[in-house]
Amino acid sequence: MFDDLRDLYQEVILDHGRKPRNFRRLEDADRTARGDNPMCGDRLELFVKLGPDGAIADAAFQGRGCAISTASASLLTETVKGKTLEQAHALSDQFRALAMTGTCPDCGEALSEEMERLQPLSGVHEFPSRVKCATLAWHTLNAALDGAKEASSE
Amino acid sequence: MSFDVERARRDFPILSQTVRGKPLVFLDSGASAQKPRAVIDAMVRCMEERYANVHRGAYFLSEAATEAYEAARGAVARFINAADPREVIFTSNSTMAINLVAHSWGRGVLKPGQAVLISEMEHHANLVPWQMLRDEGRGIELRIARVTDAGELDMDDVAAKLADGKVGLVAITHMSNVLGTVTPAERLVRMAHEAGAKILFDGSQAAVHRRVDMQALGADFYVFTGHKLYGPTGIGVLWARLEHQERMPPFLGGGDMISMVTLDRVEFAPPPAKFEAGTPPIVEAVGLHAAVAYVSAIGMAAVEAHERALVDHAMRRLSDIEGLGLLGRAQDRGGVFAFSLDNAHPHDLATLLDRAGIAVRAGRHCAEPLHARFGVEGGTVRASFGLYTTEGEIDYLAEALTKAREFFA
Ligand SMILES: Cc1ncc(COP(=O)(O)O)c(C=O)c1O
Repeated sequence: MFDDLRDLYQEVILDHGRKPRNFRRLEDADRTARGDNPMCGDRLELFVKLGPDGAIADAAFQGRGCAISTASASLLTETVKGKTLEQAHALSDQFRALAMTGTCPDCGEALSEEMERLQPLSGVHEFPSRVKCATLAWHTLNAALDGAKEASSE
Repeated sequence: MSFDVERARRDFPILSQTVRGKPLVFLDSGASAQKPRAVIDAMVRCMEERYANVHRGAYFLSEAATEAYEAARGAVARFINAADPREVIFTSNSTMAINLVAHSWGRGVLKPGQAVLISEMEHHANLVPWQMLRDEGRGIELRIARVTDAGELDMDDVAAKLADGKVGLVAITHMSNVLGTVTPAERLVRMAHEAGAKILFDGSQAAVHRRVDMQALGADFYVFTGHKLYGPTGIGVLWARLEHQERMPPFLGGGDMISMVTLDRVEFAPPPAKFEAGTPPIVEAVGLHAAVAYVSAIGMAAVEAHERALVDHAMRRLSDIEGLGLLGRAQDRGGVFAFSLDNAHPHDLATLLDRAGIAVRAGRHCAEPLHARFGVEGGTVRASFGLYTTEGEIDYLAEALTKAREFFA
Protein backbone atom coordinates (compact mmCIF):
# COMPACT_ATOMS: atom_id res chain seq x y z
CA MET A 1 0.00 0.00 0.00
CA PHE A 2 2.84 2.37 0.83
CA ASP A 3 5.69 1.03 -1.30
CA ASP A 4 6.10 4.22 -3.30
CA LEU A 5 6.66 6.09 -0.03
CA ARG A 6 10.03 4.42 0.40
CA ASP A 7 11.47 7.35 -1.54
CA LEU A 8 10.35 9.72 1.15
CA TYR A 9 10.91 7.41 4.09
CA GLN A 10 14.24 5.92 3.16
CA GLU A 11 15.80 3.53 5.64
CA VAL A 12 18.26 6.22 6.79
CA ILE A 13 15.37 8.51 7.69
CA LEU A 14 13.39 5.86 9.51
CA ASP A 15 16.53 4.90 11.39
CA HIS A 16 17.42 8.46 12.43
CA GLY A 17 13.76 9.10 13.19
CA ARG A 18 13.61 6.16 15.54
CA LYS A 19 17.07 6.56 17.04
CA PRO A 20 18.11 10.19 16.71
CA ARG A 21 21.84 10.80 17.16
CA ASN A 22 23.10 13.50 19.52
CA PHE A 23 19.70 13.64 21.15
CA ARG A 24 20.64 15.40 24.38
CA ARG A 25 21.19 18.77 25.94
CA LEU A 26 24.61 20.37 25.74
CA GLU A 27 24.86 22.09 29.08
CA ASP A 28 27.90 24.13 28.06
CA ALA A 29 26.61 25.11 24.63
CA ASP A 30 27.83 28.42 23.21
CA ARG A 31 24.84 28.85 20.94
CA THR A 32 21.30 27.57 21.36
CA ALA A 33 17.98 28.28 19.67
CA ARG A 34 14.47 26.93 19.73
CA GLY A 35 12.67 25.98 16.57
CA ASP A 36 8.94 25.88 16.39
CA ASN A 37 6.50 24.80 13.74
CA PRO A 38 3.25 26.12 15.15
CA MET A 39 1.27 24.53 12.34
CA CYS A 40 2.06 20.97 13.38
CA GLY A 41 3.42 21.33 16.90
CA ASP A 42 6.94 20.21 16.11
CA ARG A 43 9.40 21.79 18.46
CA LEU A 44 13.11 21.42 18.98
CA GLU A 45 16.01 22.97 20.79
CA LEU A 46 19.41 23.00 19.15
CA PHE A 47 22.75 23.28 20.97
CA VAL A 48 26.05 24.22 19.39
CA LYS A 49 29.44 24.11 21.10
CA LEU A 50 32.31 25.98 19.50
CA GLY A 51 35.92 24.86 19.69
CA PRO A 52 38.94 27.09 20.39
CA ASP A 53 39.38 27.54 16.62
CA GLY A 54 35.81 28.89 16.34
CA ALA A 55 34.58 25.83 14.45
CA ILE A 56 31.66 23.71 15.62
CA ALA A 57 33.02 21.19 18.12
CA ASP A 58 29.73 19.59 19.03
CA ALA A 59 26.05 19.84 18.18
CA ALA A 60 23.02 18.24 19.77
CA PHE A 61 19.25 18.66 19.93
CA GLN A 62 16.18 17.81 21.89
CA GLY A 63 12.51 18.03 21.13
CA ARG A 64 9.64 16.27 19.49
CA GLY A 65 8.62 15.94 15.93
CA CYS A 66 7.78 13.62 13.09
CA ALA A 67 10.22 11.13 11.58
CA ILE A 68 11.30 13.64 8.95
CA SER A 69 11.99 16.56 11.26
CA THR A 70 13.72 14.31 13.79
CA ALA A 71 15.87 12.64 11.15
CA SER A 72 16.74 16.00 9.65
CA ALA A 73 17.84 17.38 13.03
CA SER A 74 19.78 14.22 13.77
CA LEU A 75 21.62 14.32 10.44
CA LEU A 76 22.24 18.02 10.94
CA THR A 77 24.06 17.48 14.23
CA GLU A 78 26.27 14.91 12.55
CA THR A 79 27.10 16.90 9.46
CA VAL A 80 27.85 20.28 11.03
CA LYS A 81 30.41 18.93 13.44
CA GLY A 82 33.87 20.25 12.56
CA LYS A 83 32.49 22.93 10.23
CA THR A 84 33.28 26.61 10.51
CA LEU A 85 30.30 28.89 11.03
CA GLU A 86 30.54 29.99 7.43
CA GLN A 87 30.51 26.43 6.18
CA ALA A 88 27.54 25.64 8.41
CA HIS A 89 25.61 28.57 6.99
CA ALA A 90 26.44 27.49 3.46
CA LEU A 91 25.37 23.94 4.21
CA SER A 92 22.10 25.21 5.61
CA ASP A 93 21.37 27.22 2.46
CA GLN A 94 22.23 24.30 0.24
CA PHE A 95 20.14 21.88 2.24
CA ARG A 96 17.10 24.11 2.08
CA ALA A 97 17.44 24.33 -1.69
CA LEU A 98 17.63 20.54 -1.81
CA ALA A 99 14.55 20.09 0.37
CA MET A 100 12.49 22.54 -1.63
CA THR A 101 13.45 21.50 -5.15
CA GLY A 102 15.02 18.07 -4.88
CA THR A 103 18.23 19.30 -6.44
CA CYS A 104 20.91 21.85 -5.73
CA PRO A 105 22.34 23.16 -9.01
CA ASP A 106 24.40 25.80 -7.19
CA CYS A 107 26.02 23.31 -4.85
CA GLY A 108 29.74 23.29 -5.49
CA GLU A 109 32.30 20.64 -4.68
CA ALA A 110 33.14 22.18 -1.31
CA LEU A 111 30.43 20.47 0.75
CA SER A 112 29.57 17.67 -1.64
CA GLU A 113 30.29 14.90 0.85
CA GLU A 114 27.98 16.44 3.45
CA MET A 115 25.27 17.03 0.86
CA GLU A 116 25.56 13.39 -0.13
CA ARG A 117 24.72 12.39 3.45
CA LEU A 118 21.67 14.65 3.43
CA GLN A 119 20.47 13.38 0.06
CA PRO A 120 17.92 10.93 1.55
CA LEU A 121 15.90 13.92 2.73
CA SER A 122 15.53 15.33 -0.79
CA GLY A 123 12.35 13.27 -1.28
CA VAL A 124 10.34 15.80 0.74
CA HIS A 125 10.26 18.25 -2.12
CA GLU A 126 7.43 16.22 -3.59
CA PHE A 127 5.40 16.75 -0.43
CA PRO A 128 4.86 20.50 -0.08
CA SER A 129 3.17 20.13 3.29
CA ARG A 130 6.22 18.28 4.63
CA VAL A 131 9.08 20.48 3.40
CA LYS A 132 8.91 22.51 6.60
CA CYS A 133 9.42 19.37 8.65
CA ALA A 134 12.78 18.86 6.97
CA THR A 135 13.89 22.48 7.14
CA LEU A 136 12.92 23.28 10.74
CA ALA A 137 16.22 22.15 12.25
CA TRP A 138 18.16 24.12 9.64
CA HIS A 139 16.20 27.31 10.28
CA THR A 140 16.96 26.77 13.94
CA LEU A 141 20.66 26.31 13.19
CA ASN A 142 20.72 29.64 11.38
CA ALA A 143 18.99 31.29 14.33
CA ALA A 144 21.50 29.78 16.74
CA LEU A 145 24.48 30.85 14.67
CA ASP A 146 23.05 34.36 14.22
CA GLY A 147 22.43 34.66 17.93
CA ALA A 148 18.63 34.67 17.65
CA LYS A 149 16.74 32.67 20.23
CA GLU A 150 13.80 31.50 18.18
CA ALA A 151 13.19 30.20 14.74
CA SER A 152 9.95 29.33 13.11
CA SER A 153 9.47 27.38 9.95
CA GLU A 154 6.24 29.25 9.25
CA MET B 1 -37.68 5.64 4.60
CA SER B 2 -34.24 4.21 5.04
CA PHE B 3 -31.13 6.09 4.14
CA ASP B 4 -29.19 4.86 1.13
CA VAL B 5 -25.60 6.01 1.52
CA GLU B 6 -24.54 4.94 -1.96
CA ARG B 7 -27.31 7.03 -3.44
CA ALA B 8 -26.37 10.00 -1.28
CA ARG B 9 -22.74 9.70 -2.39
CA ARG B 10 -23.81 10.26 -5.98
CA ASP B 11 -25.09 13.69 -4.91
CA PHE B 12 -21.51 14.80 -4.13
CA PRO B 13 -19.56 15.30 -7.36
CA ILE B 14 -16.16 15.41 -5.65
CA LEU B 15 -16.51 11.91 -4.21
CA SER B 16 -16.12 10.25 -7.58
CA GLN B 17 -12.55 11.54 -7.80
CA THR B 18 -9.43 9.51 -7.49
CA VAL B 19 -6.48 10.78 -5.48
CA ARG B 20 -3.01 9.49 -6.29
CA GLY B 21 -4.68 6.79 -8.34
CA LYS B 22 -6.92 5.61 -5.48
CA PRO B 23 -10.58 6.35 -4.85
CA LEU B 24 -10.93 9.36 -2.57
CA VAL B 25 -11.74 8.42 1.02
CA PHE B 26 -12.62 11.74 2.54
CA LEU B 27 -12.45 11.55 6.32
CA ASP B 28 -12.02 15.24 7.11
CA SER B 29 -15.62 16.39 7.09
CA GLY B 30 -15.21 17.71 10.63
CA ALA B 31 -12.90 20.37 9.21
CA SER B 32 -15.17 21.10 6.27
CA ALA B 33 -17.74 18.97 4.51
CA GLN B 34 -18.07 18.33 0.79
CA LYS B 35 -20.90 19.93 -1.16
CA PRO B 36 -23.85 18.21 -2.81
CA ARG B 37 -24.86 19.09 -6.36
CA ALA B 38 -27.97 20.83 -5.01
CA VAL B 39 -25.86 23.41 -3.18
CA ILE B 40 -23.52 23.98 -6.10
CA ASP B 41 -26.41 24.37 -8.53
CA ALA B 42 -28.36 26.72 -6.28
CA MET B 43 -25.37 29.04 -5.98
CA VAL B 44 -24.66 29.00 -9.70
CA ARG B 45 -28.33 29.64 -10.46
CA CYS B 46 -28.36 32.56 -8.03
CA MET B 47 -25.41 34.16 -9.79
CA GLU B 48 -26.68 33.40 -13.26
CA GLU B 49 -30.29 34.41 -12.80
CA ARG B 50 -31.13 36.25 -9.60
CA TYR B 51 -28.11 38.16 -8.44
CA ALA B 52 -28.02 41.75 -7.18
CA ASN B 53 -27.31 43.42 -3.86
CA VAL B 54 -30.01 42.97 -1.24
CA HIS B 55 -32.16 45.44 0.71
CA ARG B 56 -31.10 48.26 -1.58
CA GLY B 57 -32.51 48.46 -5.04
CA ALA B 58 -36.15 48.94 -6.01
CA TYR B 59 -35.78 46.84 -9.09
CA PHE B 60 -36.66 43.31 -10.00
CA LEU B 61 -33.31 41.59 -9.46
CA SER B 62 -32.57 43.26 -6.16
CA GLU B 63 -36.01 42.39 -4.90
CA ALA B 64 -35.55 38.80 -6.04
CA ALA B 65 -32.16 38.57 -4.33
CA THR B 66 -33.56 40.09 -1.15
CA GLU B 67 -36.37 37.58 -1.21
CA ALA B 68 -33.91 34.71 -1.67
CA TYR B 69 -31.71 35.99 1.15
CA GLU B 70 -34.62 36.32 3.56
CA ALA B 71 -36.00 32.95 2.45
CA ALA B 72 -32.65 31.46 3.50
CA ARG B 73 -33.08 33.00 6.93
CA GLY B 74 -36.52 31.44 7.16
CA ALA B 75 -35.22 28.05 6.07
CA VAL B 76 -32.42 28.12 8.63
CA ALA B 77 -34.92 29.17 11.31
CA ARG B 78 -37.14 26.18 10.45
CA PHE B 79 -34.11 23.87 10.32
CA ILE B 80 -33.27 24.66 13.96
CA ASN B 81 -36.91 25.20 14.95
CA ALA B 82 -36.39 28.80 15.98
CA ALA B 83 -39.51 30.60 17.18
CA ASP B 84 -38.90 33.56 14.86
CA PRO B 85 -36.68 34.00 11.77
CA ARG B 86 -35.38 37.26 13.22
CA GLU B 87 -33.53 35.18 15.78
CA VAL B 88 -31.21 34.08 12.95
CA ILE B 89 -28.26 36.40 12.31
CA PHE B 90 -26.05 35.58 9.35
CA THR B 91 -22.32 35.89 10.03
CA SER B 92 -19.35 34.69 8.05
CA ASN B 93 -18.72 31.57 10.18
CA SER B 94 -18.88 30.24 13.74
CA THR B 95 -15.79 32.16 14.72
CA MET B 96 -17.40 35.46 13.79
CA ALA B 97 -20.65 34.49 15.50
CA ILE B 98 -18.85 33.83 18.79
CA ASN B 99 -16.79 36.99 18.44
CA LEU B 100 -20.01 38.92 17.85
CA VAL B 101 -21.40 37.66 21.15
CA ALA B 102 -18.11 38.28 22.97
CA HIS B 103 -17.85 41.83 21.65
CA SER B 104 -21.43 42.92 21.80
CA TRP B 105 -23.01 40.96 24.62
CA GLY B 106 -19.72 40.44 26.46
CA ARG B 107 -18.84 44.13 26.46
CA GLY B 108 -22.34 45.59 26.50
CA VAL B 109 -24.27 43.38 28.89
CA LEU B 110 -21.83 41.38 30.98
CA LYS B 111 -20.78 43.30 34.11
CA PRO B 112 -17.42 43.64 35.83
CA GLY B 113 -17.11 40.93 38.46
CA GLN B 114 -18.99 38.43 36.33
CA ALA B 115 -17.43 35.37 34.76
CA VAL B 116 -17.63 33.38 31.54
CA LEU B 117 -17.52 29.59 31.92
CA ILE B 118 -16.12 27.51 29.07
CA SER B 119 -14.56 24.03 29.05
CA GLU B 120 -11.23 22.39 28.36
CA MET B 121 -12.52 20.91 25.14
CA GLU B 122 -13.33 24.11 23.30
CA HIS B 123 -12.18 24.83 19.79
CA HIS B 124 -9.97 27.93 19.80
CA ALA B 125 -12.97 29.80 18.30
CA ASN B 126 -14.76 29.42 21.64
CA LEU B 127 -11.67 30.05 23.75
CA VAL B 128 -9.66 32.93 22.33
CA PRO B 129 -12.53 35.50 22.12
CA TRP B 130 -13.19 34.93 25.84
CA GLN B 131 -9.50 35.16 26.72
CA MET B 132 -9.42 38.47 24.85
CA LEU B 133 -12.46 39.68 26.79
CA ARG B 134 -10.84 38.60 30.07
CA ASP B 135 -7.57 40.33 29.21
CA GLU B 136 -9.17 43.69 28.47
CA GLY B 137 -9.17 44.70 32.11
CA ARG B 138 -12.96 44.92 32.39
CA GLY B 139 -12.91 42.69 35.45
CA ILE B 140 -14.39 39.73 33.62
CA GLU B 141 -13.15 36.38 34.79
CA LEU B 142 -12.75 33.27 32.62
CA ARG B 143 -13.46 29.89 34.20
CA ILE B 144 -12.68 26.61 32.55
CA ALA B 145 -14.59 23.44 33.36
CA ARG B 146 -12.57 20.25 33.33
CA VAL B 147 -12.92 17.27 31.05
CA THR B 148 -12.78 13.75 32.52
CA ASP B 149 -10.32 11.09 31.37
CA ALA B 150 -13.14 9.55 29.34
CA GLY B 151 -13.40 12.83 27.47
CA GLU B 152 -16.70 13.93 28.95
CA LEU B 153 -17.53 17.25 30.50
CA ASP B 154 -16.95 17.04 34.27
CA MET B 155 -20.45 18.01 35.40
CA ASP B 156 -19.46 18.24 39.07
CA ASP B 157 -16.83 20.76 38.10
CA VAL B 158 -19.39 22.69 36.03
CA ALA B 159 -21.71 22.78 39.04
CA ALA B 160 -18.89 23.88 41.35
CA LYS B 161 -17.88 26.68 39.00
CA LEU B 162 -21.47 27.91 38.74
CA ALA B 163 -22.09 27.74 42.49
CA ASP B 164 -21.20 31.30 43.51
CA GLY B 165 -23.64 32.82 41.01
CA LYS B 166 -20.97 34.99 39.40
CA VAL B 167 -21.05 33.29 36.02
CA GLY B 168 -22.93 35.49 33.56
CA LEU B 169 -22.42 33.29 30.52
CA VAL B 170 -21.73 29.62 29.94
CA ALA B 171 -20.18 29.10 26.50
CA ILE B 172 -19.70 25.43 25.74
CA THR B 173 -19.34 23.18 22.76
CA HIS B 174 -22.33 21.04 21.90
CA MET B 175 -19.99 18.48 20.34
CA SER B 176 -16.22 18.35 20.55
CA ASN B 177 -14.35 18.53 17.25
CA VAL B 178 -11.61 16.32 18.73
CA LEU B 179 -13.20 13.90 21.17
CA GLY B 180 -16.52 13.55 19.39
CA THR B 181 -18.17 14.02 22.79
CA VAL B 182 -21.71 15.36 22.72
CA THR B 183 -22.32 17.44 25.83
CA PRO B 184 -25.55 17.15 27.84
CA ALA B 185 -27.04 20.32 26.43
CA GLU B 186 -30.49 20.30 28.10
CA ARG B 187 -28.92 19.69 31.48
CA LEU B 188 -26.39 22.47 30.92
CA VAL B 189 -29.17 24.90 30.01
CA ARG B 190 -30.99 24.06 33.23
CA MET B 191 -27.86 24.39 35.36
CA ALA B 192 -26.84 27.67 33.74
CA HIS B 193 -30.26 29.25 34.11
CA GLU B 194 -30.63 28.08 37.71
CA ALA B 195 -27.30 29.77 38.43
CA GLY B 196 -28.54 32.99 36.79
CA ALA B 197 -26.29 32.62 33.73
CA LYS B 198 -27.09 32.76 30.03
CA ILE B 199 -25.81 29.95 27.82
CA LEU B 200 -24.23 29.79 24.38
CA PHE B 201 -23.55 26.59 22.49
CA ASP B 202 -20.88 26.16 19.87
CA GLY B 203 -22.88 23.90 17.60
CA SER B 204 -20.35 23.87 14.75
CA GLN B 205 -20.12 20.08 14.93
CA ALA B 206 -23.39 19.16 16.62
CA ALA B 207 -25.70 20.87 14.15
CA VAL B 208 -24.25 18.70 11.39
CA HIS B 209 -24.84 15.42 13.12
CA ARG B 210 -28.08 15.83 15.00
CA ARG B 211 -31.34 17.65 14.88
CA VAL B 212 -31.05 20.73 17.03
CA ASP B 213 -34.24 22.38 18.21
CA MET B 214 -33.97 25.89 19.59
CA GLN B 215 -37.43 25.93 21.15
CA ALA B 216 -36.90 22.60 22.90
CA LEU B 217 -33.35 23.38 24.01
CA GLY B 218 -34.11 26.77 25.53
CA ALA B 219 -30.57 28.14 25.25
CA ASP B 220 -29.74 31.83 24.76
CA PHE B 221 -27.26 31.70 21.88
CA TYR B 222 -26.38 28.94 19.42
CA VAL B 223 -23.79 29.15 16.66
CA PHE B 224 -22.86 27.02 13.67
CA THR B 225 -21.04 27.35 10.40
CA GLY B 226 -22.29 26.68 6.87
CA HIS B 227 -19.32 24.90 5.39
CA LYS B 228 -19.46 21.98 7.81
CA LEU B 229 -23.15 21.54 7.10
CA TYR B 230 -22.56 20.72 3.39
CA GLY B 231 -23.03 24.39 2.60
CA PRO B 232 -20.58 26.98 1.30
CA THR B 233 -17.78 28.75 3.13
CA GLY B 234 -18.32 32.38 4.09
CA ILE B 235 -21.59 31.98 5.96
CA GLY B 236 -22.35 31.13 9.55
CA VAL B 237 -25.28 31.48 11.89
CA LEU B 238 -25.77 33.11 15.24
CA TRP B 239 -29.10 32.21 16.71
CA ALA B 240 -29.91 34.66 19.50
CA ARG B 241 -33.11 35.36 21.38
CA LEU B 242 -34.66 38.66 20.37
CA GLU B 243 -34.64 39.93 23.95
CA HIS B 244 -30.84 39.55 23.95
CA GLN B 245 -30.48 41.13 20.53
CA GLU B 246 -32.47 44.14 21.75
CA ARG B 247 -30.06 44.70 24.63
CA MET B 248 -26.90 44.10 22.62
CA PRO B 249 -25.02 47.03 21.10
CA PRO B 250 -24.09 46.60 17.42
CA PHE B 251 -20.86 44.78 16.62
CA LEU B 252 -19.73 46.23 13.29
CA GLY B 253 -20.94 49.57 11.98
CA GLY B 254 -21.76 50.33 8.36
CA GLY B 255 -24.43 49.99 5.74
CA ASP B 256 -27.55 47.87 6.20
CA MET B 257 -27.39 48.03 10.00
CA ILE B 258 -28.86 51.51 10.43
CA SER B 259 -32.39 52.82 10.17
CA MET B 260 -31.44 56.47 10.03
CA VAL B 261 -28.13 58.28 9.89
CA THR B 262 -27.14 61.94 9.77
CA LEU B 263 -23.66 63.29 10.28
CA ASP B 264 -24.45 63.79 13.96
CA ARG B 265 -26.66 60.90 14.82
CA VAL B 266 -27.37 57.30 14.01
CA GLU B 267 -30.25 55.02 14.78
CA PHE B 268 -29.66 51.34 14.42
CA ALA B 269 -31.84 49.00 12.47
CA PRO B 270 -33.92 46.51 14.43
CA PRO B 271 -32.57 42.96 14.92
CA PRO B 272 -31.25 41.04 13.17
CA ALA B 273 -30.21 43.69 10.60
CA LYS B 274 -28.44 45.58 13.40
CA PHE B 275 -25.85 42.80 13.41
CA GLU B 276 -25.47 42.38 9.67
CA ALA B 277 -23.40 45.37 8.65
CA GLY B 278 -22.31 45.62 5.04
CA THR B 279 -23.26 43.50 2.05
CA PRO B 280 -24.05 40.08 3.46
CA PRO B 281 -23.04 36.70 2.03
CA ILE B 282 -25.91 36.59 -0.46
CA VAL B 283 -24.87 33.71 -2.71
CA GLU B 284 -23.68 31.82 0.37
CA ALA B 285 -27.06 32.26 2.05
CA VAL B 286 -28.70 30.74 -1.01
CA GLY B 287 -26.19 27.88 -0.80
CA LEU B 288 -26.88 27.36 2.90
CA HIS B 289 -30.59 27.31 2.17
CA ALA B 290 -30.01 24.53 -0.35
CA ALA B 291 -27.82 22.68 2.16
CA VAL B 292 -30.40 22.66 4.94
CA ALA B 293 -33.04 21.68 2.39
CA TYR B 294 -30.80 18.83 1.27
CA VAL B 295 -30.16 17.40 4.74
CA SER B 296 -33.77 17.99 5.75
CA ALA B 297 -34.95 15.97 2.76
CA ILE B 298 -32.75 13.10 3.91
CA GLY B 299 -33.91 13.78 7.45
CA MET B 300 -31.66 14.59 10.37
CA ALA B 301 -32.95 11.47 12.14
CA ALA B 302 -31.68 9.33 9.25
CA VAL B 303 -28.35 11.22 9.21
CA GLU B 304 -28.00 10.61 12.93
CA ALA B 305 -28.89 6.92 12.68
CA HIS B 306 -26.41 6.40 9.85
CA GLU B 307 -23.73 8.09 11.87
CA ARG B 308 -24.48 6.08 14.99
CA ALA B 309 -23.90 2.91 13.01
CA LEU B 310 -20.63 4.35 11.66
CA VAL B 311 -19.49 5.32 15.15
CA ASP B 312 -20.15 1.82 16.50
CA HIS B 313 -18.36 0.29 13.55
CA ALA B 314 -15.37 2.62 13.86
CA MET B 315 -15.17 2.01 17.60
CA ARG B 316 -14.88 -1.74 16.96
CA ARG B 317 -12.44 -1.46 14.07
CA LEU B 318 -10.14 1.10 15.70
CA SER B 319 -10.10 -0.74 19.04
CA ASP B 320 -8.70 -3.78 17.22
CA ILE B 321 -5.61 -1.95 16.06
CA GLU B 322 -2.58 -2.58 18.20
CA GLY B 323 -0.88 0.52 19.51
CA LEU B 324 -3.74 2.84 18.63
CA GLY B 325 -4.69 5.28 21.38
CA LEU B 326 -8.07 6.91 21.05
CA LEU B 327 -8.68 10.30 22.61
CA GLY B 328 -11.92 10.20 24.54
CA ARG B 329 -14.40 7.42 25.00
CA ALA B 330 -17.55 9.34 25.76
CA GLN B 331 -20.85 7.48 25.98
CA ASP B 332 -22.62 10.00 23.81
CA ARG B 333 -20.46 10.77 20.81
CA GLY B 334 -20.51 11.68 17.17
CA GLY B 335 -18.39 10.68 14.19
CA VAL B 336 -15.11 12.29 15.12
CA PHE B 337 -12.14 10.13 16.14
CA ALA B 338 -8.79 11.56 17.18
CA PHE B 339 -6.04 9.05 17.84
CA SER B 340 -2.34 8.42 17.96
CA LEU B 341 -0.40 5.37 16.86
CA ASP B 342 2.42 4.28 19.14
CA ASN B 343 5.23 4.24 16.58
CA ALA B 344 4.10 6.86 14.08
CA HIS B 345 3.98 10.63 14.40
CA PRO B 346 0.61 12.09 13.30
CA HIS B 347 2.17 13.87 10.31
CA ASP B 348 3.97 10.81 9.07
CA LEU B 349 0.76 8.87 9.47
CA ALA B 350 -1.27 11.46 7.55
CA THR B 351 1.26 11.37 4.71
CA LEU B 352 0.96 7.59 4.53
CA LEU B 353 -2.82 7.66 4.61
CA ASP B 354 -2.82 10.30 1.90
CA ARG B 355 -0.92 7.85 -0.30
CA ALA B 356 -3.77 5.44 0.19
CA GLY B 357 -6.24 8.12 -0.93
CA ILE B 358 -7.41 8.80 2.63
CA ALA B 359 -7.82 12.43 3.68
CA VAL B 360 -7.43 12.89 7.42
CA ARG B 361 -6.23 15.79 9.47
CA ALA B 362 -3.06 15.71 11.57
CA GLY B 363 -2.25 18.21 14.28
CA ARG B 364 -4.06 19.67 17.22
CA HIS B 365 -7.27 20.59 15.43
CA CYS B 366 -7.49 24.09 16.89
CA ALA B 367 -7.68 22.60 20.38
CA GLU B 368 -4.19 22.89 21.84
CA PRO B 369 -5.21 22.99 25.51
CA LEU B 370 -7.22 19.81 25.04
CA HIS B 371 -4.25 17.99 23.52
CA ALA B 372 -2.12 19.16 26.45
CA ARG B 373 -4.83 17.88 28.81
CA PHE B 374 -4.48 14.41 27.31
CA GLY B 375 -0.68 14.56 27.14
CA VAL B 376 -0.47 14.51 23.34
CA GLU B 377 1.17 17.89 22.69
CA GLY B 378 2.51 16.56 19.40
CA GLY B 379 -1.03 16.22 18.11
CA THR B 380 -3.24 13.44 16.84
CA VAL B 381 -4.68 12.20 13.61
CA ARG B 382 -8.38 12.84 13.23
CA ALA B 383 -10.85 10.95 11.09
CA SER B 384 -14.25 12.60 10.91
CA PHE B 385 -17.33 11.39 9.11
CA GLY B 386 -20.00 12.92 6.95
CA LEU B 387 -23.35 11.58 5.84
CA TYR B 388 -21.58 10.10 2.80
CA THR B 389 -19.08 8.08 4.85
CA THR B 390 -19.39 4.31 4.52
CA GLU B 391 -18.45 1.36 6.72
CA GLY B 392 -16.27 0.20 3.85
CA GLU B 393 -14.24 3.40 4.11
CA ILE B 394 -13.74 2.82 7.83
CA ASP B 395 -12.57 -0.74 7.10
CA TYR B 396 -10.14 0.65 4.56
CA LEU B 397 -8.85 3.18 7.11
CA ALA B 398 -8.34 0.40 9.65
CA GLU B 399 -6.46 -1.69 7.13
CA ALA B 400 -4.26 1.28 6.17
CA LEU B 401 -3.51 2.02 9.83
CA THR B 402 -2.43 -1.55 10.43
CA LYS B 403 -0.14 -1.42 7.42
CA ALA B 404 1.20 1.99 8.48
CA ARG B 405 2.19 0.54 11.81
CA GLU B 406 4.13 -2.19 10.03
CA PHE B 407 5.75 0.43 7.81
CA PHE B 408 7.19 2.28 10.79
CA ALA B 409 8.04 -0.86 12.80
C1 LIG C 1 -16.30 22.95 17.48
C2 LIG C 1 -15.90 24.00 16.50
N1 LIG C 1 -16.08 25.29 16.79
C3 LIG C 1 -15.76 26.27 15.94
C4 LIG C 1 -15.22 25.99 14.71
C5 LIG C 1 -14.86 27.14 13.81
O1 LIG C 1 -15.61 27.15 12.65
P1 LIG C 1 -15.28 28.26 11.55
O2 LIG C 1 -13.82 28.10 11.23
O3 LIG C 1 -16.15 27.95 10.41
O4 LIG C 1 -15.56 29.58 12.17
C6 LIG C 1 -14.99 24.66 14.36
C7 LIG C 1 -14.40 24.28 13.07
O5 LIG C 1 -13.28 24.50 12.72
C8 LIG C 1 -15.34 23.65 15.27
O6 LIG C 1 -15.14 22.35 14.98
